[in-house]
Amino acid sequence: MATDIAKPTGAPLKWEYASSIESTDLLDLDSKYGLFINGEFVKPKSNNYFPTINPATEEHIADVAEAGAADVEAAVGAARIAFEEVWKPMSGVERAKHIFRIARMIQERSRELAVLETLDGGKPIKEARDVDLPLVAGHFFYYAGWADKLDYAFPGIRPEPLGVAGQVIPWNFPLLMLAWKVAPALAAGNTVVLKPAETTPLTALVLAQIAAESGLPPGVLNVVTGAGGTGSALVTQPGVDKVAFTGSTAVGKLIQSQLVGTSKRLTLELGGKGAHVIFEDAPLDQAVEGVINGIFFNQGHVCCAGSRLLVQENIHDRFVDKLKNRLATLRVGNPMDKNTDVGAINSRAQLDKINELVDLGQTEGADIFQPDCVLPERGFFFKPTLFTNVAQSHRIAQEEIFGPVLSILSFRTPEEAVEKANNTPYGLSAGVWTSKGSRILWMADQLKAGVVWANTYNKFDPTSPFGGYKESGFGREGGRHGLLPYMKWNES
Amino acid sequence: MTLASPRNAILPDRITTPTLRTFLRSVPSVDEVGARERVAALSTRSIKKESKRDALDLIVRMIDLTTLEGKDTAGKVAQMSAKAIRPDPLNPSIPSVAAVCVYPNMVPYAVQATEGTSVKVASVATYFPSGLAATDIKVEDVSRVVKQGAHEVDMVIDRGAFLSGEYFKVFDEIRRIKDACGDAHLKVILETGELGSLDNVRRASMLAMAAGGDFIKTSTGKISPAATLHDTLVMLEAIRDFHETTGVKVGMKPAGGIRTSKDAIKYLVVLNETLGTGWMTPDWFRFGASSLLNDVLMQIRWLETGRYWSPDYFTQD
Repeated sequence: MATDIAKPTGAPLKWEYASSIESTDLLDLDSKYGLFINGEFVKPKSNNYFPTINPATEEHIADVAEAGAADVEAAVGAARIAFEEVWKPMSGVERAKHIFRIARMIQERSRELAVLETLDGGKPIKEARDVDLPLVAGHFFYYAGWADKLDYAFPGIRPEPLGVAGQVIPWNFPLLMLAWKVAPALAAGNTVVLKPAETTPLTALVLAQIAAESGLPPGVLNVVTGAGGTGSALVTQPGVDKVAFTGSTAVGKLIQSQLVGTSKRLTLELGGKGAHVIFEDAPLDQAVEGVINGIFFNQGHVCCAGSRLLVQENIHDRFVDKLKNRLATLRVGNPMDKNTDVGAINSRAQLDKINELVDLGQTEGADIFQPDCVLPERGFFFKPTLFTNVAQSHRIAQEEIFGPVLSILSFRTPEEAVEKANNTPYGLSAGVWTSKGSRILWMADQLKAGVVWANTYNKFDPTSPFGGYKESGFGREGGRHGLLPYMKWNES
Repeated sequence: MTLASPRNAILPDRITTPTLRTFLRSVPSVDEVGARERVAALSTRSIKKESKRDALDLIVRMIDLTTLEGKDTAGKVAQMSAKAIRPDPLNPSIPSVAAVCVYPNMVPYAVQATEGTSVKVASVATYFPSGLAATDIKVEDVSRVVKQGAHEVDMVIDRGAFLSGEYFKVFDEIRRIKDACGDAHLKVILETGELGSLDNVRRASMLAMAAGGDFIKTSTGKISPAATLHDTLVMLEAIRDFHETTGVKVGMKPAGGIRTSKDAIKYLVVLNETLGTGWMTPDWFRFGASSLLNDVLMQIRWLETGRYWSPDYFTQD
């Protein structure tokens, strides 16, 4: 018998996953990008450019034009002409064809766009690939379907487009936020001037190329890159009929005050401090996954992140132990690695803000837990972090951190859970975990949040409306509701 | 009835059907959508290069190479045992599999064919695959295969008793069979394809572990669906809870329907990210499989030579 070849069986394998880096070969990037106005890329009249970097390596990727007031005026002018002469008179069927074409091209180039989203923004490639891009294409497909059915969307209402939409989007889901805003605006017959965030402008610029290649008429979609100054110039431009903004509550308030006394319509999708409520009868292991997904998805750069965890007192310790064990298995690092769970913080400024609030949490007396993981030396990274013994009055329980930081509180009765969950200026999202169906319905009724997820978290779908209560904003995006902010209502 | 074991820590003082029912109701519920989502996410792990080679080697070491056919013969068992000991005659660096798994009548042939090697003999018993016989007869079945030299016994639970709520019957039967095993390892097959819900999978796992199972196993392979990733996840989570409460480690064996290296690697990922390194050994994890081994050998040959080889180059045993 060949006993010589039989190895002893007992040795456990300490299994390290070899690096599995997504290739960037299929990217075809320019070193310098102009502004996309009236169907072509043009040099900025401002003559200013700013660099965009890879937050995971701090390496320079490209220079991007900074649009000044004159550039914004030109873009809005092009959008106005396209609206009056082309897009508004066009039949819904024809508009639908254009939007469907863009949706298909996004699908065809989804791998390239996912890689670029990760390169420019720092999110894990598996999320860009499996979540962002399918949803981006999904939103274009969904709203393309509405373009020729608008007369039937709201019975008794004959809708008309508003005109030129000025849209300002954030850096956490650059292409997805573009899709949420651009697709319904175009479907409803509006033309668009879009300003992407200054740290993540590249996918919007590639999407502009796609729009041009798809044959979208010039001026229907314009992209002006830049920072806050450009955004301010856009929303205050007199030729803009409709402003849509996703971002921080502070900037949202500023925009709202800037629009006072104008006839511009406004929708705001702002911050949140989502409460995630775990009852004693919850499916605990799935709840752990839901909590992890709720706060560490996209490094916690999610406006609806479940950043406040409320755990019923009698399972608190057990649940927190499970969470800590799970945290230790999160793979933090190079976002381009297909096995990375938590990628890079989007910018130095955001990293500084997270650091500041986490330091504050410790000063306030909460207990911090971070797993024993090694962060890359270069780039902006932050360890997944839990705070226990958090009080409702702590700033880490009140303020949006917008990072991978979870504040854990406990509650005794369902009434207390509701009171704590609602005790915030925000009202964007909440999650409930229980095996009891009646309690889910009761909680959904009580919670003041635009979205309440039951036994899951961070689920999105083009057909489902999304938006906030209170200081989380107003107006809805997604679904049939997402058409409303882009329509004039005429009773027929 | 009492048990002299740390497993007691999780059990009520007096073990009866009502106290066992209370115990099982305290087991956390399982959200099926969430469990499926978790394994779907883990299935996207990209296992390449040396981590793939490490996994393939471990998979070979974890296989219970199985033949459970009515038409099995002594010759077939001898052939399979030879393959188990030396899976690839051209490549002696490939280790032996963990065990061969056969019907009770085939145990003497398997024992003879594997004598002096590290390959263990596992026998299904307890009126496998239905388990529909009197407990005394099942105990007798087990005693006989152990006497004939089986190192491991794969029993099936009485699903009918479990589903109808006769928890003491299930518990007591496992306990008596464990006693009959003596030093042999007991793997308890839950037959997850017949349990109807993941809540039941988790409860049956806890019951089997509390009653003395050394391993819990998904399936007989005679029922469809056999092993699934989500059933396996739920069972691993039960093992984790059981270990945390009692300090007792229990092993896991998915069986049936795992045919490719790619599938087996997904199971390893779920194991690695649920229970961790401590379970990444054939002592605590097995694959019940027959055709999986050749697929793993083909993958290893490909990694080593850079070419895909025809299945004709691998022996069918």
